[in-house]
Amino acid sequence: MSKNITGNEIIHQYLRHNKKFPHVLCAGCGHGIVLGTLIRSIHSLGIPKDDVVVVAGIGCSGRLAVYVDFNTVHTTHGRALSFATGIKMSNPKLHVIALMGDGDALSIGGNHLIHAARRNIGVTALILNNSIYGMTGGQSSPATPEGSTTMTNPYGQLDHSFDTVDLAKGAGANYVARGTVFHVNRLETVMVEALERPGFSVVEAITPCHTQYGRKNKYKTPVDMYKWLKSTAITVERYNELPEEKREGRMPIGVFVDRQQPGFEERYYAMQDGFLKRSARGGK
Amino acid sequence: MPRRKKRTEIFALGNEAVVQGALLAGCSFYGGYPITPSSEIMEIMAASLPKIEGGVFMQMEDEIASMGAVIGASLSGRKAMTATSGPGFSLMQENLGYAVMAETPLVLVNVMRGGPSTGLPTSPAQSDVQQARWGTHGDHPIIVLSASDVQECLDMTITAFNMAEKYRTPVILLLDEVTAHTREKIEIPNEGEYEVFSRTVPSMPPEWYRPYEETVRGVPPMPPIGSGYRFHVTGLTHDRNGFPTQRPEEVVELMDRIHRKIDQFFYDIQLVEEIMTDDCDVCVIAYGSVARSAELAVKQARSHGVKAGLLKLMTLFPYPRRHTEKILAHAKTLVVPEMNMGQMSREVKRVNMGHAAVRTINRVDGQIVTPSEIFKVIMQG
Repeated sequence: MSKNITGNEIIHQYLRHNKKFPHVLCAGCGHGIVLGTLIRSIHSLGIPKDDVVVVAGIGCSGRLAVYVDFNTVHTTHGRALSFATGIKMSNPKLHVIALMGDGDALSIGGNHLIHAARRNIGVTALILNNSIYGMTGGQSSPATPEGSTTMTNPYGQLDHSFDTVDLAKGAGANYVARGTVFHVNRLETVMVEALERPGFSVVEAITPCHTQYGRKNKYKTPVDMYKWLKSTAITVERYNELPEEKREGRMPIGVFVDRQQPGFEERYYAMQDGFLKRSARGGK
Repeated sequence: MPRRKKRTEIFALGNEAVVQGALLAGCSFYGGYPITPSSEIMEIMAASLPKIEGGVFMQMEDEIASMGAVIGASLSGRKAMTATSGPGFSLMQENLGYAVMAETPLVLVNVMRGGPSTGLPTSPAQSDVQQARWGTHGDHPIIVLSASDVQECLDMTITAFNMAEKYRTPVILLLDEVTAHTREKIEIPNEGEYEVFSRTVPSMPPEWYRPYEETVRGVPPMPPIGSGYRFHVTGLTHDRNGFPTQRPEEVVELMDRIHRKIDQFFYDIQLVEEIMTDDCDVCVIAYGSVARSAELAVKQARSHGVKAGLLKLMTLFPYPRRHTEKILAHAKTLVVPEMNMGQMSREVKRVNMGHAAVRTINRVDGQIVTPSEIFKVIMQG
């Protein structure tokens, strides 16, 4: 590996240049930043391309799988984690990354998310949260903040929004972290950790969608949205020190759970090995 | 000549025979969700697969996840299957369509129960015949097999895996509760006595490989994920490289090939058993447990001097048209007994095109179709 290589050059090694560019994302979208972070994380860990499987759902985030030169599977809406589970169990050596949007992971795929966490399957779930259904035209998602305006709640969102971190934590994920595309280096740090950890890891990447969300919610330009990320996000350590009344409107980022328990596949194959050894000795 | 090894005989449940067949065919992944009357398949898999090196059994959170996991496993090179019943089958349809589009081999066993909705949980029915054919959205061919006794449950499961691998497509095995829950003596074939087909893997270097390339058989080779052939798999209409496309010529090419790879091999795919059909005036067309009742009825009719015959469908879709047409040359009446409101008689009428009289016997009360019921209709001519 060359020492003088620049960030861009690293990323270029992992893209399918002659195949699928230009991409479908809007100018100012954060998804490209998340993808860049993922690529740099994989590169820094030295994982060969052939050992990486990116399993994506449907939506803007689902399209990212097309652009990267790994084994890529673009699945049905909300089902990325189930496909990823089958792949990981069939070949535990692979690094399986489930790339999902907030609607994908928390709404239609909510059941798969909580059970992947409960099972602690060795998959890295990368949830790109832009608070909206982007590709279908800006309808509300379970992550749309209460009070926001979207195409499907023109009079304001009445439901509470899901907190991905609390959900993943509650369901038993091994590693749970949140980052934003404004704080790229921190995001990269947690992504590297998530890829390294055994068991089920969840990284929520807050990525702005000014086209569908911002436009209707007082963040007219991408810059407004990034400024919002800058002013809202705060490290979880500092957040915990804040008095209750000052926490309102702040979003903690960083690592929330880091349990390092063995993944389901590891426990399954250990059970099987024990079984096969016993039967080889003639036992039952 | 070496002496033929005696086959192992076991007393097995239809569902158990399915598991035996799957294991003989090389199945090493099962993902499922419990539902009667298919649950024994899952339970026996849970006990069997961990005993096999690399065998994976997973109880998933629902049927949708089961299909997802099975597809993931198949993409990773495994022979994979799941089993379910009516309502669960409905949930699997979304990912079943994905498997058709991404050309992923897998076997889906549906032990049918009465419907619609949660319907008649453990009563026999054959009410998912058209769901098996048209349950997913979009135009696509599908292979649907059935079995009428316990031995056939084993044999047809092996066939299902072979067809799935040969044609890179999901294969549905439809059973009814009577077949699934009958206990009979069956023979387990010895190694070498049955064909086991595994998918073709690419032999070219990775940089030459195009995952959805046109081939003579219309079936492109398929490497396991992680074996050095990096490519994109998607449920979107894709080009030869696997990337999404909306170019009319590429869309048509893909759709044509997906249909052609099945159409071209009707002789291999359409399986039937013909019993006294050579000279029959009245032909019963039946499948599943009803075919056993029909066989007895046909024999009784013969003893009464009526030229009756039975066309037992082992492949339901693509519908065995040429076998039916052959019979239509002489038969004056076709009798189609089934445990539904007439889902297969539609196919028969389509092929019949007014040549013979088509009489249907339909039961939807969760009871089996008896030989005497069929006999009565045969005797009416």
